[in-house]
Order: sequence, then structure tokens, then C-alpha cells
Amino acid sequence: MCITCGCNGDGHHLHGQEPHTHHHEHTARDGRVITLEQDILQKNQLLAERNRGFFEARGITALNLVSSPGSGKTTLLERTLADLHPDTPCFVIEGDQQTSCDADRIRATGVPVVQINTGKGCHLDAEMVNASVKHLKPTQDALLFIENVGNLVCPAMFDLGESARVIIISVTEGDDKPLKYPDMFHSADICLINKIDLLPYVNFHVDKMIEYARQVSHIDTFIQVSATTGQGMDEWYSWLKEKAGAAVSLE
Amino acid sequence: MHELSIAMSIVDIAREAVEKAGAREVSHIELEIGQLAGIELRALDFAWSEAVRNSVLAHATKAIHHIPGEARCMECETVFSIQALHQLCPACSGPFTEVIHGKELRVHALTVH
Repeated sequence: MCITCGCNGDGHHLHGQEPHTHHHEHTARDGRVITLEQDILQKNQLLAERNRGFFEARGITALNLVSSPGSGKTTLLERTLADLHPDTPCFVIEGDQQTSCDADRIRATGVPVVQINTGKGCHLDAEMVNASVKHLKPTQDALLFIENVGNLVCPAMFDLGESARVIIISVTEGDDKPLKYPDMFHSADICLINKIDLLPYVNFHVDKMIEYARQVSHIDTFIQVSATTGQGMDEWYSWLKEKAGAAVSLE
Repeated sequence: MHELSIAMSIVDIAREAVEKAGAREVSHIELEIGQLAGIELRALDFAWSEAVRNSVLAHATKAIHHIPGEARCMECETVFSIQALHQLCPACSGPFTEVIHGKELRVHALTVH
């Protein structure tokens, strides 16, 4: 216990009756001790909430697409845009370490897109999305797809302000991915199992993968899709439309 | 390697605290990192030396308090310790658990001069 004010050393102490945390200074022999108890990701979190508030007010459904490299995210997105846009207005933010290859593919579908190159960075953060949205100017009630950097580790920690986090796994990966990368699955809201047309040729057990995912996450929607053949895509579109329908802009 | 972003965020937090306190630099920093926070400590150490260079943390020692994982079963409300997210409830084997400790990632305190 702190002898100066009686706090228990974790930043909680009593003023009047209410316990609360705040900046709290003690004098140490050499220098002053400042108790902060500040979340290291607080800055990102705050900006993410600002993004979320903007999306909510405009009725925009923002989706953070995360996966390993090569799961077919961009192909899935291309097909989705071709089928939904412009009836449902779509906008895209593309995140990659380098090149504008993916943005070029999206632009070819006629959907407005902004490419973010993270350089050495391994994930998108709320600030990058904030800056991109200002360029992109997504319209009211639109779907905003944010394709994160292909990486199942780092993007898990960074809230972008999305309405939902969509994890994409393909059957050419191991079905034990949820156990190997639990943080990403833990933070996801829906899981798309892509390249399902290849299932007969690979050693991937859908049931096992779903069971593993349930162990580490609260995901309740698993949709088996093939961006190449179109299998299962309607179910994905229904989910998107239901999500978009729930997001109503402030007039 | 998101640990570099984490280290750089810590530098930002320290700089703001130093400015607010009217101090010059930090001699010691204490971090709280949960077991399930997704931080690889060796990667953080590796990123640290680069991130703190020419900053208020350049000469600071750092201490890390590890916070063990703890979860509550959403079915039977049993509270139990966890080392990994895939652990089932020891009482009812339910998979639906809510992490109550172990996700912490905080700057606990700084000593400034």
C-alpha cells in the first residue's frame, strides 16, 4: 500500500466514497512517480470510436476483412462488388505493404477505392482508415470494405472502427488455423470459408475447423463460399444486406 | 511485428506524460502486459531499443508486470485461470468463456525527472 495516500498501488484509491483511477503522483527518492494506468492502444481505440461514430451517423456498414495472405480476399471482394455494386453503393480501402495491384483490380470493377501502403507495417490502424475515409468520402448507407494486410497476427489488436470483423479462411490452409491464431478468431464476428470448390482435393475438415473456431471465438456465422464458382455467395450477400439494413443513417 | 507499433505508442504516452509533468525524461517505466494480450516479449524488447532512441525513454529502465489469464464461463459462471483462449471451462466443459484478465496492455507508472 502507498504510504502517501493509502492507495493499493494499482492506481485505485479513495477520494470521498468513490474509488476511481487517475493521474496520481508520488515523490520517489530520485524523481517523481506518475501512475498512469493508460491503455497503450488508447489512442488507436479513441480514433477507432470516432470512425465508428462517423460510420454510424452516416449509416455506413464498415467491414474489416482479415485473413492470411492468399486466402482469396481480393477475389472474393471483386466478385462481391461485381454482384452488389451499384445497387448497394460500395467503397473499398485496400491495405497492403506495397504496390497498388489490389486497388487496380478493385478499380476495374468501377468501385471507388483508396490504397494504403503500410510500408514496413504489418496492419492497418484507425488513423490510416480515418485518413482514407476523408479521401474516399463514402456515401450514406454504403458498404465500406476495408481489406486489411494479409496477416493473422498483428491486425487482431487494432480496432479500425468497423461494424464487423470478417475473417476469411480458405480450405487450402490448415483446418487448425483457429487454434494457431486464436487472437484473430477471438476478435472476429463472422467467418467465411473460401475456395470451398477445392474441398474434394484437400485434406481440410470443415466441421473440425468450425469446432476449433468455436473454442476460441464467439463467431456464430460460418459461410462456405467459392469466389470462383459463386457457391455460397448468396448467403454472404444476405448477411451483408441484413447488416446494412440494420445501419440506418441519421437524417 | 506489431510490437514496434506498441513500443512507439508507449513512447508517445511517455512523451505526453513528461510534457504534462514539466519534466525532462523518464528514468523508469512500468508496463502491465497480460498473458493473452498478444505481445511477444522478445519482439517487444527487440523493437524497444529502436523505438526509444532519442526519446524521453532513451535512458529508462523498464519493468513488466505479467498479468495471468482469467476467464469466466458464460454457461456456469465458473471463474478459472487460462493460458490460452481455446481452453474449455473446467467445470462444465463449455467453450463460451469471457476473458476477464490477461488482455491488459497498459503503462502502469513512470518515474520522471
